[in-house]
Amino acid sequence: MKDHKILVWGLLFTGIILALLLITFYPIPSLLKWQSGLLARCFFILMLCFGFCLLRLMVGPTPADRAVAVDTLGILIVGFCALLSIATGRDWYIDIAIAWALQSFIGALALAKYLEGKGFDE
Amino acid sequence: MNEGLGYILILTGLCFDIFGCIGLIRLPDVYNRLQATTKCVTLGTCSILLGALVIKGFSVTGIKALLCIIFLLLTAPVAAHALARGAHKSGVKLWEGSVCDQYAEDKK
Repeated sequence: MKDHKILVWGLLFTGIILALLLITFYPIPSLLKWQSGLLARCFFILMLCFGFCLLRLMVGPTPADRAVAVDTLGILIVGFCALLSIATGRDWYIDIAIAWALQSFIGALALAKYLEGKGFDE
Repeated sequence: MNEGLGYILILTGLCFDIFGCIGLIRLPDVYNRLQATTKCVTLGTCSILLGALVIKGFSVTGIKALLCIIFLLLTAPVAAHALARGAHKSGVKLWEGSVCDQYAEDKK
């Protein structure tokens, strides 16, 4: 029963990863304007990393695995905001990156306190 | 010239990011996964932000990217250490191929 579940999830994620690789590296005529830039391919590679983190967030056997996946996802989103700032030329995406880094740090500390089994005021 | 160097830095950072996430999938233990993702993803994101600094120059965006690099380098190891300590205290077992567990020996 459990092997069956893991097989289904693995097939689903392999399909998603293959679709992302196809969109990233194979020229599709209706998407060619969006695909032509180097930065668009960088966005797709980062989305692949998001997919890996979400997979570990779903199948992680212990709560600590899920906390590690959330922390990694927060650091990846900071890089995503920097790429968005370069691609669109707007300054305030970097502000979002700084705020997200701070919030992710505080969230990771709160998750660590929760894993230790203590209250937040100790 | 500056744009080419910046894009090389960004692609290096993306390589480190994807290696860290493959490590998050493939490694057998919480502590191994934490080690892989913390080093690789922190270095990768710092490299992307450094690429933004090189492309934009010392403008408002560049200075803010530098601030963000300093902040990430200061806080990511602290968060990883707190998570590892919390995982060890919550009783997560080590992988059976691990050689030694000095934190548990130290607590006795």
